[in-house]
Amino acid sequence: MITQAHLGWQSLSPDVESLVLLLKDAGIPTKEQSKIQGPVKVVMIESVFWGKAAAVAADNRVRWCAVWAEHRPPEIDIFAAMAGRNGHLLLHTLVPDQQGELPSQTPFFPAANRPERYLRDMFGVHFFDHPDQRRWMRHQAWQEGQYPLLKTFPLAGTPAEMTPPDCHYPFLAVEGEGVYEIPVGPVHAGIIEPGHFRFQAMGEDILSLEEHLGYVHKGIEKSAEGRDVRGLVRLAGRVSGDSTVAHAWAACQACEAAVGITLPRRALMIRGILAERERIANHLGDIGACCNDVGFTFAQVQCSRLRELWQRQNAAVFGHRLLMDIVVPGGVKGDLDAVQLDFLHAAIEQLRSELREFLPLLYEYPSLQDRLRTTGVLSLKKARSLGVLGFLARASGECWDLRRDAPYVPYGNMVITVPHSLEGDASGRLRIRGDEILVSLDLLEEMLKKLPAGEVAMEFPAVQGDCSGFGCIEGWRGEILAYVHLGEGGRVLRYFPRDPSWLNWPALEVMIEGVIVPDFPLCNKSVNGSYSGHDL
Amino acid sequence: MFSVLGRIFKTGCLTEKLPAHDQVVEQLGSVCRKEISRIFGGSLAIRMVDAGSCNGCELEMHALNNSFYDIERFGIHFVASPRHADLLLVTGPVARHMQAALKGTYDATPDPKLVIAMGDCAADGGEFGVSYASCGAVANVVPVDVVIRGCPPNPLQLLEGILQLLGRSGR
Ligand code: SF4
Repeated sequence: MITQAHLGWQSLSPDVESLVLLLKDAGIPTKEQSKIQGPVKVVMIESVFWGKAAAVAADNRVRWCAVWAEHRPPEIDIFAAMAGRNGHLLLHTLVPDQQGELPSQTPFFPAANRPERYLRDMFGVHFFDHPDQRRWMRHQAWQEGQYPLLKTFPLAGTPAEMTPPDCHYPFLAVEGEGVYEIPVGPVHAGIIEPGHFRFQAMGEDILSLEEHLGYVHKGIEKSAEGRDVRGLVRLAGRVSGDSTVAHAWAACQACEAAVGITLPRRALMIRGILAERERIANHLGDIGACCNDVGFTFAQVQCSRLRELWQRQNAAVFGHRLLMDIVVPGGVKGDLDAVQLDFLHAAIEQLRSELREFLPLLYEYPSLQDRLRTTGVLSLKKARSLGVLGFLARASGECWDLRRDAPYVPYGNMVITVPHSLEGDASGRLRIRGDEILVSLDLLEEMLKKLPAGEVAMEFPAVQGDCSGFGCIEGWRGEILAYVHLGEGGRVLRYFPRDPSWLNWPALEVMIEGVIVPDFPLCNKSVNGSYSGHDL
Repeated sequence: MFSVLGRIFKTGCLTEKLPAHDQVVEQLGSVCRKEISRIFGGSLAIRMVDAGSCNGCELEMHALNNSFYDIERFGIHFVASPRHADLLLVTGPVARHMQAALKGTYDATPDPKLVIAMGDCAADGGEFGVSYASCGAVANVVPVDVVIRGCPPNPLQLLEGILQLLGRSGR
């Protein structure tokens, strides 16, 4: 029985300082290191303790967030991000770039499974004790033994004229009488991104689902190298087009921290306005799409109408329907005048009054709820062990939200309500997203009212020497992390964006067991992982 | 039930006339209807292929189906299989991991195998360019009939591009 008291895992997890002490108490020698600027604490440990550190963190209800690497010949820096109650801790270690190896964190955090396999594919780092030695991001565009993110690997690579299809990925098969396999993708039967799903089914019931992603891997991290910060942020805004504001903001936050500038409050407040507008647009679109997947087209028509109006307002006020390239290093592009503020205020009022009528209808409509309730259940326990993020986590009772837990300007002085539910099903996720729109509307209103006077951008200073920074932003899908290392002349040496989809995709495999095949599109949509954000 | 009907009634009909000032689109609109009935028996079937996009282009493609643009009124609709398609609408730089899938989709499409490259990425690789992981422009992988620029192109530009292609293939 789950009770209210079980909610808010983060309130039970240690703060970042205590986590460092816990690591020390466990006999792990740590060295504090502050080369990475931003809202994060960094500790250096020996690579042999990599697994043990994860064990300590897992025992203390820490959330595992990411692992990434950077090649600095002759070594590879490895970073793992973990979240305590009040923010992030980065574990940092070094391995040699030839035959580098270290213990895996996957045995303690299942969330680390794919990210570690990704590092193996991209850097050649070997994680021992990893339960899955299969490749993850490498299909057939480069050979085994080639590692695209090593500095010695040229951006152009050595691709064949025609890259063969990846036909022989070793999927796990289920055997038994009446079990059959359904391969789906990479090209899907709708307007969605490509990926492959392999179902093992019996009759209508799905026994298991295995995802095979990486089809839209287009070398984002490698092509970031050598750019200036402006170019980097333009690229960051295209890591996942639906989260352009959040990714651009996270990348900016990292760059701005790296060079140590503090932005005018007005600039940050406008970023907040953009981020909330992005959240609302995506929630509207996806609520409609979920309803459409169960044949409730009425809701799809209504939501796509509201979304279209919202996007037109974006175009009218900010000059871009999806808000691309509005967040720039040092601030935002373009100010808001009094007329635009009134316009945005009116838009909030209008959407709110429509939703007050429309959302309860969705939440209660019997033939819709009949399909959504108990479909695609992600239990609180699973949500925790997978470290899922955003509305997906909140619908299962796990309510992290950086805007409240590790607030950044402009959220620091605001009261952030974090809607959550305990059902963990498609209905719960739909309701959380609806409720989040209402919360965002309130936040928008507050930000528009309190918008301080001042500049909306400042000059991004010339970069002296080496510097690196870390950014973290609560996007509509959940926590987005960014790591940026700038070198001489402000050129990017390394950019790593961690989209929440990395942690949310595995949850789809879990929630789908026992669901009937025709409900897969609904479950998929109710998670709505980004392929592009994951594949990079 | 009544609340749903009430809501539908209140919303009314939203579908817009194409912008009156936009003579080009108006003209293309009439060519389009004529050409769709002449060449494609009244309906143009589009199969969309995301070959590596950031998903921004897909969002705008979705918008074409909303009540404001309602692309079906021109006899244009999206289909699930390339075998039913007259036209491939391709987005993104072509990720090398998608090269074979795009080629396969193209091969499975019956003649006249029209192809539109949608968005700056599809046009020339956009922000992602050509690399170990990306083939860049769609034209580097399959023949392209029309390129629609924009990042992403908005629904009207998209509509205009489709109509432009029809006007051209009718000639
Ligand atoms: S053109 Fe722009 S929106 Fe379209 S896929 Fe490329 S980056 Fe994304």
